[in-house]
Amino acid sequence: MEFNLLSDIVDYCKREGKDMAQAMVDYEMRNKGLTSQQVYDDLKRVLLVMEDSVDQGLTQEVITPSGMLNNWAKKVYECKTETLGSSLKKATARAIAVGEVNACMGKIAAAPTAGSAGIMPAVLVTMMEEHNIPRQRILDALLVSSAVGLIFAKNSSFAGSEAGCMGETGSAAAMGAAAITYLLGGTEDRILEAVGFALKASMGLVCDPVAGLVEEPCTTRNAVGVANAFVSAQMALAGIKSLIPADEVIFATKEVGDLMSPRLKESGQGGLANTKTGREIQKQVFKAVRGDGST
Amino acid sequence: MSEQPSIFDILGPIMIGPSSSHTAGASRIGYIARQLLNDKPVKAIVTLYNSFAKTHKGHGTDRAIVGGILGFGPDDVRIRNSFTIARAEGLKWEFRIVGGINKFHSNTARVHLTGNGGGTVEIAGASLGGGRIKIQEIEGFPVDFSAHTHTIVIIADDIPGSIKSISGAIAEKGMNIANMYVARNEKLANMVIEVDQAIDRETLKKIESFNWVKFARRVEPMADGSSRYDK
Repeated sequence: MEFNLLSDIVDYCKREGKDMAQAMVDYEMRNKGLTSQQVYDDLKRVLLVMEDSVDQGLTQEVITPSGMLNNWAKKVYECKTETLGSSLKKATARAIAVGEVNACMGKIAAAPTAGSAGIMPAVLVTMMEEHNIPRQRILDALLVSSAVGLIFAKNSSFAGSEAGCMGETGSAAAMGAAAITYLLGGTEDRILEAVGFALKASMGLVCDPVAGLVEEPCTTRNAVGVANAFVSAQMALAGIKSLIPADEVIFATKEVGDLMSPRLKESGQGGLANTKTGREIQKQVFKAVRGDGST
Repeated sequence: MSEQPSIFDILGPIMIGPSSSHTAGASRIGYIARQLLNDKPVKAIVTLYNSFAKTHKGHGTDRAIVGGILGFGPDDVRIRNSFTIARAEGLKWEFRIVGGINKFHSNTARVHLTGNGGGTVEIAGASLGGGRIKIQEIEGFPVDFSAHTHTIVIIADDIPGSIKSISGAIAEKGMNIANMYVARNEKLANMVIEVDQAIDRETLKKIESFNWVKFARRVEPMADGSSRYDK
């Protein structure tokens, strides 16, 4: 069973009278020889790790070895000033929480990558809380997000070294936007609109990590990716059409990624990594990180 | 139709951060070296090449490889404290840094292990991204396998009939060979055999008992929280 475009999946849904989550269960069962129960059991494990990583970042001491991240998630979560109510604030904190746990060598579920692992957990935990959605539906939303990731991986790239941060937090935001749209009753067509909006907002986003570490700006970009997901889903659910179809937007991300200079793709040589302050931080970090620890 | 990616390639792997290449893939290379040693490791010499040489410290690649050598999977939280645990378990380790080796993938590690009983093993592997790896060298032989399935690695005198005897021993237990790769140098042959089921000790013992076999070890796929590796 093979899906090469998002529209292939939508066609399958229409032909079989299934929703996108069911289509992905069929896909995984047939290609990997699993039962539906096995697929859902694995999804449950992924969701548990996502929830744990959010909790850890919000409750435990998280200071990265480089010192660049220092309990930011808790700071946001406890902030008294709210720009748009507590939901967005908490969603922001949750994305940062996972980023901090990841940078501190904690356990995370890459979704789709480790560097973008904050977006899906923040989206799903926030949706569960805000809309009182049962866990089983959240597993289905994970399946819908996997459909987006699958097609993005085929026709573009998750690798920061190939598609920049567009391939990481951009694709994760698109997966999140699809999940939100699905959970709020959006049809397959609406889900694709949300994907289009989220990717268009991430077009050309570079991967320029300071000192080459998955910390700055990765962690705060995850938080902004969550906002992107919610805003994109909002537009899609209202019935606004992405004038460029999602599949074509994905092809455009591939073209843009190819056109981006290698200096702006995970090499730590351009953008923020190459600023005066970025270079200074890099020097300090590599002085501070201790030797090989051998005996 | 080529093999389609799993949805758990997208939602996963479940792993210790911060980077699938630098921690998940790196720990797997260490773990495979340990399995091939088939003994408690007491000494490890790890050589990091190219991008790994430059970026390993800030990303915890060193801790991940030592964790793998200690037998920790890519989602094992003990990786973070692997240096402390290694000291407690009597494992000494040393990292060597070598840049700019074009014949190797950008994230390549060579692991030389010495076991409690004095045996040694040396492998080189590349971390390809997403936690996927490729073992490129074992005991100086060029190989190419990913250890995503049950794998037997054999080094033997290059004599006629060796492949027949080995495949016979595997078939005896009803195991099905999925793939088999053979490489030769002047007098030795290296075989990497991927099979569909777990490899039992008896089969391995039988292969080891052939007097022309120098080395026969198994590598079992490791759990990483996603369905591909532990079903």
